[in-house]
Amino acid sequence: MSVNDTLASSANVLLYGSMASYTGAFLGYTLDLAGGAERAERSSVAAPGRQLAQVGAGTHQVAAARTPAQTRGGDVPGGGDVPQQPRRKAAGIAVSLTVLALLLHLAAVLARGVAVQRPPWGNMYEFATAGSAVVTLAFLAALRWRDLRYLGTFVIGPVLLTLGLAVTVLYTRAGQLVPSLKSVWLAIHVSVAFVSSALFTIAFSLTVLYLVQERRERRLAAGEAPRRSFMDALPPARELDLTAYRLHAVAFPLWTFTLVAGAIWAENAWGRYWGWDPKEVWTFVIWVVYAGYLHARATRGWQGTKSARVALVGYGCILFNFLVVNIFFVGFHSYAGVS
Amino acid sequence: MSTATTRRPPATLPRLGPLGTVRYVWRQLTSMRTALFLLLLLAVAAVPGSVLPQRGVNAAQVTGYLAAHPGVGPWLDRLGGFDVFSSVWFSAIYLLLFVSLVGCVLPRSRQHVRAIWAQPPSAPRHFDRLPAHREAVLFGDAASTVAAARSALRARRYRVRVTDLTGGGHEISAERGYLRETGNLVFHLALVVLLVAVAAGHLLGWRADVIVPVGSTYTNAVANFDAGDPGPWVDTERLPPFTVAVRSMFVTFEEQDVATRGAPRDFRADVTSTESPGGPGRNSVISVNHPLSVDGAKVFLLGNGYAPVITVRDRSGQELYSEATPFLPQDGNYTSVGVVKVAGAQPEQLALNGLFLPTVAFQGGRVPVSIFPDAKNPALALQVYTGDLGSSPSVYTLDQRSMTPLRQPDGALVRLILAPGQTVDLPAGLGTVTFDRVERFAGFSVRHDPGKGWALGAAIAAMVGLTLSLFVPRRRVFVRARPGTGDDRGATLLEVAALARGEDTGLDDELDRLLGALGPARPQNALQEATA
Repeated sequence: MSVNDTLASSANVLLYGSMASYTGAFLGYTLDLAGGAERAERSSVAAPGRQLAQVGAGTHQVAAARTPAQTRGGDVPGGGDVPQQPRRKAAGIAVSLTVLALLLHLAAVLARGVAVQRPPWGNMYEFATAGSAVVTLAFLAALRWRDLRYLGTFVIGPVLLTLGLAVTVLYTRAGQLVPSLKSVWLAIHVSVAFVSSALFTIAFSLTVLYLVQERRERRLAAGEAPRRSFMDALPPARELDLTAYRLHAVAFPLWTFTLVAGAIWAENAWGRYWGWDPKEVWTFVIWVVYAGYLHARATRGWQGTKSARVALVGYGCILFNFLVVNIFFVGFHSYAGVS
Repeated sequence: MSTATTRRPPATLPRLGPLGTVRYVWRQLTSMRTALFLLLLLAVAAVPGSVLPQRGVNAAQVTGYLAAHPGVGPWLDRLGGFDVFSSVWFSAIYLLLFVSLVGCVLPRSRQHVRAIWAQPPSAPRHFDRLPAHREAVLFGDAASTVAAARSALRARRYRVRVTDLTGGGHEISAERGYLRETGNLVFHLALVVLLVAVAAGHLLGWRADVIVPVGSTYTNAVANFDAGDPGPWVDTERLPPFTVAVRSMFVTFEEQDVATRGAPRDFRADVTSTESPGGPGRNSVISVNHPLSVDGAKVFLLGNGYAPVITVRDRSGQELYSEATPFLPQDGNYTSVGVVKVAGAQPEQLALNGLFLPTVAFQGGRVPVSIFPDAKNPALALQVYTGDLGSSPSVYTLDQRSMTPLRQPDGALVRLILAPGQTVDLPAGLGTVTFDRVERFAGFSVRHDPGKGWALGAAIAAMVGLTLSLFVPRRRVFVRARPGTGDDRGATLLEVAALARGEDTGLDDELDRLLGALGPARPQNALQEATA
């Protein structure tokens, strides 16, 4: 079957369009963060005890016996006398631009897929473009669960970087696949890997913010003078930690499924379900490190920052797996297509 | 009370005897902290297995590495650097990890079985010490409140126990989420089953790589393995004697797209298989991702190449050799290397060693190279050797120690270039060589792994157990309802509290849901709400 080159070039144009929109969204999130310190100061002046009460109160339902004034979007549940937090216009615009960018991004991925008449994830360029689309999708989905707009910069930034890397260094012209990739497992194994990695990415950003926030809170408790920073507008460290944990808890079973699906596919294509080829080794390493993270959270003395650091190592392994192993380590998995 | 205390000697700890030491070591081994260290150590230990070439993945790369690093190479080899995953130290780590796992999981399983049969424990005295609690004053009497609470909790799948309080009122202890621990235990035990299944597959299974030219038949027996090994416990006499005959092959490469020109696109082998030699044949197609199942084993198409049919005749025209000779591809353009060994040649044995080039071009006018993997312009480029073939272990390489290359009268090496259908005379009256036609060969991998099904079952069980252990909330809810006194006479003083085993952010929601199911609160009493 031939490759539809016109459609493939339309895919490229759509991708550039999405990158422009992502840039706008990135600026919006950054502006929102930049105004965070002032917003936090204003709200703490209005209600000194409010900071403590914000713990866990963000989107949790208020007790049934109290009249709730619950709204989404970072606003504090209103009582009678506390002023509402200012509407975060920059963040709102940023989210709209993210949605636009994602639509263009998905259109680009879809166009590429139609151009080559197969799932568009058969080489590094396609991994990067489709994978980053899933990251944005996961982020937008997470926004409907919690107000994570403060995370926008740290998620859309890497997405933009990945796309930049894809169109410059990793670019390969639309083409067909080598025979071993022609299987239904390509759709299953790789797409679940994308979703899992996307959730790990968002959880990674949350973990980094947790560590920074935790250090600030520790310094504050030790009596140091508080320094104004955009981090004031972010939730307290404990909530960041818990949100990160919940994302890790969803991503880890998905990664386990990726590993098992990969083994089933390997048995079908190469005759053995596990051969310690470099990509299999690193998938295993990632699994073990995140299993260590989950274990650490249940181990006395390892809760909090120590387990967070294990999660950081795990994400480092994911990056290594994607960037280094795909390209430099030769094994059965050499589909990078990058010369 | 006197402030002066007599100084007591420092407490002497009892000395651990041998049994005590064993118990101490065992407790350390099965602790969570040890498991954590072993897990992280396992991850670190696996890394060299991806950075250094491994024999199991690519033996040729290992040889190349040893040749390129003559100093540090042998040392790495001694330390198991090229066989990391079967090395002693790697095995020690995961075996210790599994011992730790089993040592922790078995007692927990016993505890869990007991807990499943037990009733929820009695409520603690101080509800405000629990992570989530609420207080309220409700309309209605204590008994009806407790009944409503009981049915609300049971609707949320709690196991409920109601007790009466002295002085009026009732108390409820409720617990849910036993499935969480069940899932946790299933996950960890499934890992043990997985390990056993992998070991069983290794011990009782066998694998073989074979090269079968089109028109030839493979009969399954250890003697016919080109590469590969049976597991240590396999009875090599009792391998299933099925046969696979390759009737034709279909191989295509990318021709249109310039960027990926020459990349493999499709390859299939049409085969006829029988369960035993002479039995009824079954036609099927083996392609990548579509192996053939025959008599408990699976045949995978892993590679392909060319097996040019070459005929060697002596000077009187008698055929000494006529076979499809597999030449093994070395690169993406299928430049293939092989050797024709003519054992019956007189007076000395003869060998033709060289290259097969599917699409030949001559670099600089003289050096033959292949520029495309499909057989568009095939050619053989051979050198002639005479001498003693010896007993070389490989069919595809020539042991050159007792063979000498034939030379022209002017000293230059004899090099033969043949196109299909061409015959050339060998110098010194040794006979003729004919390149009859080009055939392909199928590179099969035949495998039998009895532990495969168990490994898959264990993996699926592990995934189910893992999901349950992460998402089923394990909670205890306590309710205390007492009849109000004084101003609250006729109403019920209600306290509810919740406790979770492990991380749980939904405790407040759970209590709010419970309160919502009970009657309305009396408005004039200030509602006390605790921050979580």
